[in-house]
Amino acid sequence: MQPLEPLTILIAEDSAADRLLLASILRRQGHQVLTAANGAEAVDAFREQQPHLVLMDAMMPVMDGFEAARQIKALAGETLVPIIFLTSLSESEALARCLEVGGDDFLAKPYNQVILAAKIKAMDRLRRLQDTVLQQRDQIARHHDYLLNEQRVAKAVFDKVAHAGCLNAAPNIRYLQSPYALFNGDLLLAAFTPAGDMHVLLGDFTGHGLPAAVGAMPLAEVFYGMTAKGYGLAETLREMNAKLKRILPVDMFCCATMLCLSFQRRSVEVWNGGMPDGYLHRIASGERTPLPARHLPLGVLSPESFDERTEVFPMARGDRVFLLSDGVIDTCGANEQLFGVQRLQQVFAANRQPDALFEEIEQALRDFGGEARDDVSMVEISLLEPEQITPPALVYSDSGQSCPLDWSVSFEFRAATLKRFNPLPYLLQLLLEVHGLRAQSGALYSVLAELYSNALEHGVLGLDSSLKRNASGFARYYQERNARLGELKEGYVRVHLQVAPTDDGGCLTIQVEDSGEGFDVERVMERPLDAIRLSGRGISLIRQLGRNARWTDNGRSARVEFIWEALA
Amino acid sequence: MPVVTEVSPDGQKLTISVKGRFDFAKHQEFRQSYEDKKLSAVVVDLKDATYLDSSALGMLLLLRDHAGGDDSDVRVVNSNTDVRKILAISNFDKLFDIS
Repeated sequence: MQPLEPLTILIAEDSAADRLLLASILRRQGHQVLTAANGAEAVDAFREQQPHLVLMDAMMPVMDGFEAARQIKALAGETLVPIIFLTSLSESEALARCLEVGGDDFLAKPYNQVILAAKIKAMDRLRRLQDTVLQQRDQIARHHDYLLNEQRVAKAVFDKVAHAGCLNAAPNIRYLQSPYALFNGDLLLAAFTPAGDMHVLLGDFTGHGLPAAVGAMPLAEVFYGMTAKGYGLAETLREMNAKLKRILPVDMFCCATMLCLSFQRRSVEVWNGGMPDGYLHRIASGERTPLPARHLPLGVLSPESFDERTEVFPMARGDRVFLLSDGVIDTCGANEQLFGVQRLQQVFAANRQPDALFEEIEQALRDFGGEARDDVSMVEISLLEPEQITPPALVYSDSGQSCPLDWSVSFEFRAATLKRFNPLPYLLQLLLEVHGLRAQSGALYSVLAELYSNALEHGVLGLDSSLKRNASGFARYYQERNARLGELKEGYVRVHLQVAPTDDGGCLTIQVEDSGEGFDVERVMERPLDAIRLSGRGISLIRQLGRNARWTDNGRSARVEFIWEALA
Repeated sequence: MPVVTEVSPDGQKLTISVKGRFDFAKHQEFRQSYEDKKLSAVVVDLKDATYLDSSALGMLLLLRDHAGGDDSDVRVVNSNTDVRKILAISNFDKLFDIS
C-alpha cells in the first residue's frame, strides 16, 4: 500500500474552536488545510482551490452543509472529491441524509484522531481509484477514436485498390456492403477480361479487424493483374491460393466465390470455396439454381493439391447471379437463432420485383430482430447483351514507336501443356506489341479464345458441341471436358501468327490447327450467321469479329485475319 | 471446463472435447490442449459443441498442422447438424475425417 501523500483538505465548520482543533490535527498528519466558516464560503473555496477532500459540518449559517455538498459535487463533476460530514446529529434519518446529498461518509463529534486519519486514508484510496478509472476510460476512448480513424484511412486506400475494377461503373452489377465490411474480412472485386467477359470475386477472410483486411490487398492485386492479362478462372484461382497459402498463418484463409460471366457465350463459370450457396436466378422460369461450395477456401491447400475445377452454366439475357456472405444467413435473432438459408429462400419465393431483392432481404433481417452485423455483403450480376457492356479501354504505357511489323511465330502446345497451361494471355501480350492491333484487342482476344477452345475441346478432346443444346447438356459438356482433359495423353494445338505490313497498315493472320478428327465444314457454314443457340456460337463469333475466316483440312485448321490502317 | 482432453491408455490417441460455442474465446484453451503433446491420432469430439465459427475452423487447421499436416490423422466426431453444415460449406471433409 502506497504511503499517504499530503492532501489539500477543506474544513467547513462554523465553530472557530472546532475549526482550529481540526486544522491542527490535519496539519500534524501532514496535510494542507483550507478553512471556511459556512457552506457558501466552502463552495467558493472549492471553486478557487480544488481541494482533494472536504470535511463538512452539517449545521452552518448562510448555507448548510447539505446544500454546500450538493454544489461541490456538481462542481467536481466526474472527479471524486470525497466529502466527510462532521456531525453531532445522531438520529439515523439525519445521518442518511448526509449520504443522500452526496456525502461519502460521516464522522461523529467529538473527533477521534485515529478514526479521522483512517477515514481520510480510505477516502483517498477511493479518490485514486476513481482517478485511475477515469484515466483509463479516456485512454480507451482515445485509442478507439484513433482506431476508427486508422480504419477510415485504410479503407480509403483499400477502396482505391479494390474498386480499381468495374464494380461501380458496370451497369449490370448491384451490390450492398456494410460500410466497414472490409474490417470483417469481406471483399468484393470485379473487372473485365480483355475479351469483355467479367470476373467477379466475393471473398470472406477468417477473423476480424486488421488481420482480415491485410490479406485482401494481395488477393485484389492478383485478381486485377491476372484478369487484365486475360487469364481464366483456373489460373487466377491457383495463383491466389498459392499466394495466400504462402503469406497467411495456418489458421487464416479466405472463403471465396469467383465467377466468369461471358456476355458473348451467355454462360457463367463458377468456383465456390467455402462460401454460402450463391444462386443463378433464371428470370424466364423463376428457378433459382444453387451454386454450392465445392472446394476448400483459398489459402488452405498446398498449390499441388489445390482443386481449381469450375462449373459452367448457360444463362439467358436478364438472368442474374446472386452471391452473399455468411453475415446474411448467420445474422442472429432472439434466442441465438440464426436467420438461416430457409428464411433467405422464403424471401426469394416472396420476391416479385427482382430489383427489390436486396431491400427485401435487408427488411427480412430487420424483421428477424437480428442485430445489424457489419459483415453483410450481397452482390447481383445480370447478363446483358454484349452491346450494353462497354469494357474500359486498355491503357498502354509505351509510345508504340518500336512496334514489330513483319514477323511470324509458331507454337505447338502438346498434351501435358494443354492440361494445365493457358497460352492465351502470352499470345495476346505478344500481339498487343503491335500498336495497330490494340484498338481491336477485345475482338482479337475473343477470336483467339474461341479458336483455341474449339481446337482444344472439339479437336483434341473430341467433344460434341451439340451437347450444349440445353442446360443439362451444357453442364455435362463441361464435366466431360474436365474429365477428358485430366486423362489427356496425346494431341496438340498449333498456333501460327503472322504479322505483315501492307501499303496502308498491316495484317495479322492467325492459324490454329489441332490433332482432332475435324468436322463437316460445309454443314456448319450453312447455318445462319447470327443464330442464337447455346452450341456453335464460337464459329459465328469468329466469322463476325475476324476477316476471311476459313476452315480447311476438314475443319482441323482454322484461319482468320485482322487488318489495321496505319496510324496517323 | 469447456475444453477437455483425454489421452488413451496406450498414449497413442488424444481426444479433445469441446463444449458450448466453439469460437475465438476457446482459442487459448484449445491450443493448450494439444501443443505440448506428441500426436499420432487426434479425435475432436464435438458432441457438446453448439456452434462453430470460422475461427474454430482456423483452430482445426492449426491442430491439423501441428499433428503433421497432410500426414496427420485427425478425426472430427459427433458433430450436430448445424456444426456439420458449417463443416460441409467449408468443404473441411476434404481435410478431416468427419463423422
